[in-house]
Amino acid sequence: MAASAAVTANYVLKPPPYPLDALEPHMSKQTLEFHWGKHHRAYVDNLKKQVLGSELEGKALEHIIQNTYNNGDLLPPFNNAAQAWNHEFFWESMKPGGGGKPSGELLALLERDFTSYEKFYDEFNAAAATQFGAGWAWLAYADNKLKVVKTPNAVNPLVLGSFPLLTIDVWEHAYYLDFQNRRPDYIKTFMNNLVSWEAVSSRLEAAKAASA
Amino acid sequence: MAIRSVASRRTLTGLKETSSRLLRFRGIQTFTLPDLPYDYSALEPAISGEIMQIHHQKHHQAYVTNYNNALEQLDQAVNKGDASAVVKLQSAIKFNGGGHVNHSIFWKNLAPVKEGGGEPPKGSLGGAIDTHFGSLEGLVKKMSAEGAAVQGSGWVWLGLDKELKKLVVDTTANQDPLVTKGGSLVPLVGIDVWEHAYYLQYKNVRPDYLKNVWKVINWKYASEVYEKECK
Repeated sequence: MAASAAVTANYVLKPPPYPLDALEPHMSKQTLEFHWGKHHRAYVDNLKKQVLGSELEGKALEHIIQNTYNNGDLLPPFNNAAQAWNHEFFWESMKPGGGGKPSGELLALLERDFTSYEKFYDEFNAAAATQFGAGWAWLAYADNKLKVVKTPNAVNPLVLGSFPLLTIDVWEHAYYLDFQNRRPDYIKTFMNNLVSWEAVSSRLEAAKAASA
Repeated sequence: MAIRSVASRRTLTGLKETSSRLLRFRGIQTFTLPDLPYDYSALEPAISGEIMQIHHQKHHQAYVTNYNNALEQLDQAVNKGDASAVVKLQSAIKFNGGGHVNHSIFWKNLAPVKEGGGEPPKGSLGGAIDTHFGSLEGLVKKMSAEGAAVQGSGWVWLGLDKELKKLVVDTTANQDPLVTKGGSLVPLVGIDVWEHAYYLQYKNVRPDYLKNVWKVINWKYASEVYEKECK
């Protein structure tokens, strides 16, 4: 599934590009039912209510995110807008039968910017494991370089000036039903079994085109 | 199924006043996980035994372990005069030390119903609550609303401002202790609104957790702290 970085202004709760049980046993159907069906849905619904009648109504989601980030002094709609974006991006970062090592140009770039895939793997794992409290870990692209970034709560690389390529949600609700406190096990499972390198590659192409 | 079964077992007797022990390691005082003064399942149905066991044995234990590690590293950095290392350790100390401080208070803020959990505060704290919030219901409504509104992870607190001599409701992010919102603030009741505090039982419905947790809030302990600080 080609993952476009732009989400439309309709603030739609888009379903993941696979059935809710398709990521089992690595991510349970129950988790998807709550995480997508309740958490993500609430961000979308609450965003709609929040921007109704305001100057942000009808604006593209990315516009709302940048505007309400307000250089870190977050305005009220930021949380819902960014989380709506982040979660759609997250579902599209995974696929059934995913994970493992990428190949081709993506692998070459990871080896160029991290020395080896293993070094990237370790750095991404560490970022995800050490983001304290709620947040996300990302592979991002900026200035023709790949880097690992971790962000708190709803913050994402868009507001930090880089192109997101891959993300893992490390809010506790993302893993608690399946892994309880064992976040490192969740991260490893994500990397080994869920990452959609196809999505990452197509986002990288889009990022390079946008930077050209 | 990934959920572990809960073994409800009697913890060590007695409520330890302090969880710290002096270890002969480089002269710094390190910490241990305090025992709960009740069984893991004793707060049911408000909070499940499964949550209590994981919350205490895994989450709080991890804060204690990581706090001790950070303190050892801090000790080394201080002894070497490595200012950068000292500063770099501050966030690990705040996260993990805060986690230990907050959870130690939290276990005392809770009590089984048969040991007074949920019984409204009497004495001077009850009066102060009525004065500042109109009624206990008013306080509960305010704390529940503020707790539900915390974005991400954090705590909602009833505190005493010792300087201004009044009760306050406030929230803190992540594991920031209440004192980070004001040096004269003394925590009386803290409610953990990190998802790990309720997710296995209440899932995404944090407001339901906040509605039910009041049934096991230990107002006797809060009153003791209040009376002591008011002297």
